[in-house]
Amino acid sequence: MRRKLTPYLLALPGWAWLALFFVVPLAGMASLSLTSGNVITGFEQTFNVANYVDAISTYSEQLVRSLLYGLGATVICVAIGYPAAYWIAFHGGKHKSTYLLLILLPFFVSFVLRTISWKFTLSDNGVVLGTLKSFGLLPADFGVLNTAPAVVLGLAYNFLPFMVLPIYAVLERMDHRVVEAAHDLYASKLQAFLRVVLPISLPGVFAGGLMTFIPTTADYVNASVLGGPGNTMIGSIIQTQYLVNNDYPIAAAITFVLMAVLLLGIFSYARALGTERVMEVQAK
Amino acid sequence: MTATTEAPVPTASEPSTAAAPAISLAGVTKTFQSGRENFTAVGGLDLDIQAGEFFSLLGPSGCGKTTTMRMIAGFEEPTTGVVRLGGKDVTDVAPNHRDVNMVFQSYALFPHLSVADNVAFGLKRKRVGKAETDRRVAEMLELVELGSQAKRKPSQLSGGQRQRVALARALVNQPRALLLDEPLAALDLKLRQAMQMELKRIQRDIGITFIYVTHDQGEALTMSDRIAVMNGGYVEQLGTPAEIYERPATRFVAAFIGTSNLLTGTAAATTSEGTDVLLDCGQHVRIAERRSEGTPVDVTVRPEKIQLSTEPPDASLSRVRGTVTDTVYLGSSTHYTVLVGDDTEIVVFQQNDRDLSAADAIAGRGSEVWLSWRPTHSYLLPS
Repeated sequence: MRRKLTPYLLALPGWAWLALFFVVPLAGMASLSLTSGNVITGFEQTFNVANYVDAISTYSEQLVRSLLYGLGATVICVAIGYPAAYWIAFHGGKHKSTYLLLILLPFFVSFVLRTISWKFTLSDNGVVLGTLKSFGLLPADFGVLNTAPAVVLGLAYNFLPFMVLPIYAVLERMDHRVVEAAHDLYASKLQAFLRVVLPISLPGVFAGGLMTFIPTTADYVNASVLGGPGNTMIGSIIQTQYLVNNDYPIAAAITFVLMAVLLLGIFSYARALGTERVMEVQAK
Repeated sequence: MTATTEAPVPTASEPSTAAAPAISLAGVTKTFQSGRENFTAVGGLDLDIQAGEFFSLLGPSGCGKTTTMRMIAGFEEPTTGVVRLGGKDVTDVAPNHRDVNMVFQSYALFPHLSVADNVAFGLKRKRVGKAETDRRVAEMLELVELGSQAKRKPSQLSGGQRQRVALARALVNQPRALLLDEPLAALDLKLRQAMQMELKRIQRDIGITFIYVTHDQGEALTMSDRIAVMNGGYVEQLGTPAEIYERPATRFVAAFIGTSNLLTGTAAATTSEGTDVLLDCGQHVRIAERRSEGTPVDVTVRPEKIQLSTEPPDASLSRVRGTVTDTVYLGSSTHYTVLVGDDTEIVVFQQNDRDLSAADAIAGRGSEVWLSWRPTHSYLLPS
């Protein structure tokens, strides 16, 4: 009897955690998003669907911008993270863990502090731009801060390790002899990569994509520190509505709209990559 | 990174001739650098492997056999020397432009491709037409008896099936030579024995040169036309399985291949039939070779060449007396350990082709027995 129960007992803390900190708050938020009223008179459950209509019509611009920024940051992370992960996995030799530590090193500094340090680095007369300007390589009024590229770069910088690690894990685990097998079967180096290494590593790219796209799209720190008034992301709106305007129903409604859009994005992404195939390889 | 798909180009002016060996290594050495130290994997190799031959590189781990194979495949570049395929110098030719294919020890199947797509991989890179590719893949899968598994992924196959996919994937390209790197090492004994027969059958059927790397002497003896026994980066002996087993050229080969009894002694007198040897244990044996009196000699005799008896054997044979100290019954044969003199142990393998009770009676533990063999069945090791 006890033996039969053990697996369930082991899963119990996990389920309790999920129920307490995911299902309950989510249900609370869902209920909140359908109320009307204000923080002084109190909120009343009226199944007020208008909150959603408001959320979408008022903030569609920020929503679309967030998705584009998140997408941009994810693409940059793949472009930088894949070669880095590949190099560490295939050519890291004895020092693989050192290189991985270097990738993770920025994580030892708080997220907000890292982003603020970028503000100094990218400021109009900071280390990078100031130096280039003093050599006359850039016009004196050139600036990066408060622009879309600054926000996207900041996002990519902050979430790069989330892309590198899953790709590295897949590349490290695969039998490196398959590359030799591909060469042996008349594939050039490029063909061996495109036909063998890349398809095998797609599950890692998929996981890394999720782990960068979701948090970057919902992020508000980078937009508020590195962006200007014209670069507001949906995360900042939720934060302002909730903490500054105390308009809880609208904040909750935007949150659910964002969640729906992200889920939609993820499913179409999975479709495009062919999750079934991807999962089959992983199940090996 | 180039994406060229052109056919292999000979880099030297030597023309390819029908008489040229399928594979030829001349003065090949390979030294690896690890840190400040150099490690010589292959110390100097001259080998000619003929077309259609089943050729084995046999030796313990670290003897240079795998490095040799990888140089033939093109994964390693020789430090010095020349590798020729069908007479063409391919020393500097990349693996994807060499007309040899390899079966990896780990199989290295492509996990994301089906069995059929794994087998078709090489043909697609060579731009063989779709209809012909499909036909050859189907044919090859039939040959290795995997026709019904074509659509499966490697992860859904058993070890033996994966092994056959790896074989089919290489053979379908009809290479000049097939390189097999310990392909059976991961299989269990029964399957390994079945695959040995299978490999030999396939090799006979299609007539492609096989180069087989193994540390398993049984495997090499069973399948090979010729064997190169390697040790420490050099070939110790090159010959047919029978030559290598019956007449080991070096002490290493004698010890590595099968079981040998080593009897040390001194040449006592030469006769018309050979030499009379006084063993260190005090008894006399004969050998067919001539050695001048007083020369120290190492006489070797295989356990299965020795006859065990209670009656004194014929005086024309080499014979010694001893006491049985141990017997191991193995079904078809029994292994006896016989103490001769104070500290010389001789191992004897006897076929159990006699009445079992009679065999028991002659050689229980502690019984006094005669051991005998023909002088021509023993041989001298170079000292």
